[in-house]
Amino acid sequence: MKEIILIKNGELVLKGLNRSTFESMLIKTIRRRLRDLGKVSIKNAQSTIYIEPMDEDFDFEEACQRVQKIFGIAAFSRCAALNKDIEEILSVVADYVKPALSGVKTFKVESKRSDKTFPLTSPEISREVGGKILSAMPHLKVDVHNPDIIVSVEIRDYAAYIHAGQLQGAGGLPVGTGGKATVLISGGIDSPVAAYRMAKRGLMLNAVHFASPPYTGPLAEKKVKTLLSKVAAYSGDIRLGIVPFTEIQEAIAENCKEEYFTLIMRRMMMRISERLAISSGSKALITGESLGQVASQTLPALAVTDIVTKEIPVLRPLIGMDKEEIISISRKIDAFETSILPYEDCCTVFTPRHPRTRPTIEDCAQAESTFDFEPLIEKAINDTVYCRITKDGEAN
Amino acid sequence: MKTVYLDNSATTKPCSEAVNIINNCLTSNWGNPSSTYLPGIEAMEAVENARKTVSKFIGAKEDEIYFTASGTEANNLALFGAANAGRKKGNKIISTTIEHPSILETLKELGTRGFEIVYLSPDKNGVVSEEAFRNAIDKNTILVSTMLVNNEIGSIQNIENISRIIKENNSPALLHCDAVQGFGKIPFKVSKLNVDLLSASGHKIHASKGIGFLYKSSKVHIAPIIFGGGQEKGLRSGTECVPLIAGLSAAVNALPDLNEQLKRWKELNLYAKDRFNETGYIKINSPEDALPCIINISIDGYKSEPMLNALAARNIFVSKGSACAKGHRSYVLSEIGLNNDRIDSALRISFSRETTKEDIDILCDAINEITKKMRRFK
Repeated sequence: MKEIILIKNGELVLKGLNRSTFESMLIKTIRRRLRDLGKVSIKNAQSTIYIEPMDEDFDFEEACQRVQKIFGIAAFSRCAALNKDIEEILSVVADYVKPALSGVKTFKVESKRSDKTFPLTSPEISREVGGKILSAMPHLKVDVHNPDIIVSVEIRDYAAYIHAGQLQGAGGLPVGTGGKATVLISGGIDSPVAAYRMAKRGLMLNAVHFASPPYTGPLAEKKVKTLLSKVAAYSGDIRLGIVPFTEIQEAIAENCKEEYFTLIMRRMMMRISERLAISSGSKALITGESLGQVASQTLPALAVTDIVTKEIPVLRPLIGMDKEEIISISRKIDAFETSILPYEDCCTVFTPRHPRTRPTIEDCAQAESTFDFEPLIEKAINDTVYCRITKDGEAN
Repeated sequence: MKTVYLDNSATTKPCSEAVNIINNCLTSNWGNPSSTYLPGIEAMEAVENARKTVSKFIGAKEDEIYFTASGTEANNLALFGAANAGRKKGNKIISTTIEHPSILETLKELGTRGFEIVYLSPDKNGVVSEEAFRNAIDKNTILVSTMLVNNEIGSIQNIENISRIIKENNSPALLHCDAVQGFGKIPFKVSKLNVDLLSASGHKIHASKGIGFLYKSSKVHIAPIIFGGGQEKGLRSGTECVPLIAGLSAAVNALPDLNEQLKRWKELNLYAKDRFNETGYIKINSPEDALPCIINISIDGYKSEPMLNALAARNIFVSKGSACAKGHRSYVLSEIGLNNDRIDSALRISFSRETTKEDIDILCDAINEITKKMRRFK
């Protein structure tokens, strides 16, 4: 028996005039994400996207898991694709829906017949199929108003499809429909979650990471790459730039008031990130900041760092979230265990004794005016090293 | 840039003698020791020769050596094996709070299986007092397990005294010694230590990873934890890893005179401590009488990891605490009473027979240069 994935248009979270563009972007994404699993046919017909394996050894389970991570799909069904023959349907249906029905009490069968040459009407199909399921699983009852699960039978142009229940998709908008943005990624819990949240709103991702060699080591970089690979399972490939940041940190430490160290450092990061973002076509920066979480994420501190970006907005999708909410998403995208690996990052290597929690923009500008950082910023940008991160890790 | 490897308590560079024989076993002498034809017999002979070498080296009988895949496995076999075999005699197991995780985690598991585990704390020198053992060991005690040399600070436990206390207290307990950090470094004979069980590992003495052994006195009985084809007299089934067993033997044969080596290490140790003391900001965490090839230090005000990374960038390799406990604050340093700032800035330097004064100089000069640039915390 052949299984396929059906994504109905009603299940796409897309509306309005952009719909056809969105649909074609979504189909491109699906094609790209499933490509290495074998030959697959992806058709868009009758307001439905059909994903049909064309190879015997196509890994259907893996395909379902990957589809579950494609933004723009709210829900989808895995169905048995059968010949349009009621006997064949009846011989298969009970076994096929059994796993989905074993844990529930009530069900109903919904039939649709877009191919009107099929000899039975929709109510007749429902009756026959329902009877078959009841005799195979006598513990079930039919409830047409409020069933635990709906078993669908659809007689369409190409074939007959049966499925029981829908799988939840990743939701959101197809990646790329919102343009591109650059996420600042540290290695902590928050920034991968922020990246995931914005990819969900249709953004393609670039990433920038600040490293402090020799004080931060290869393991810290590897950790960031692993984290991004978790995000890439949802967002698609990510271009990562690693910025050597030590000289700037040393210059801040030597030339600026210690209490401003973290804030000035973050301002430098934002400046560098904005330039890298613009040069790579990004239309926004993304950070994992959450209000009040640490001293550098108070409102006055945000004002001080926000003001240095001039041309593109800074998106902070976690700004109103609790740590627990962030952690639950981090676990969901399988990033948490990596995030808590205890490697020092550039921020923890140089930590001031008493960070400023109520800074003013003027004080900060004053504190950093003691040194001309521009040459160091340019050098850091020029020395940035790039790589591409896929869901499987760093691409060669 | 010269590579200065000062993390020999994590692992050592395999010696050419070991590498050559491992290579030979993999390319020519690759038979199964259980086979009855010539290549099998030759493989068996390689294993038995290795058993002879190792047993002689620690003053044991040949049939008292059981090869395992690691020191960790030898520790597991010793603890589970002794606990399961001793169940009828009692259920108390005594150990210390500064053992290696391969002991502590195994004991934790035994605790969930109904054994009472008693952990004794060391003094500030990383040694558990005789009195503590005397008070804890009783007739219900079936096993006492303690390490010979602590892997993080090099403190040395007096094993002979513990075996004497067991007898004086009329306890049926077996005595197990985790000698992974002491084997091939401190000269000892099992008969003198008076232990029933002793674990060791190959890769700490220039053999390969993947090989260790358990000494089990022929007078005592323990239960196997791996079942199968009955190799190693039924105590450790699984086809013998001939290449690595032969490699271990070669590495043992290549060891220098241990007393001479200790003398050299002591000199290096004093030299290094002088240089550390000169700085004014490096504190020594290892006790005075520790094994001289392990020095644990704290670089006051400088976190371990950035320092370790900065040294690694200069091809100087040391570790923070132990290589096994990546990222967690060292429980050993905390047990000997050091404060968190001291623990967070700790590094372990460990010598091999190839370590020279020049290596120490390169390390100290590098630390001096890095601390000039790197920001202090606190």
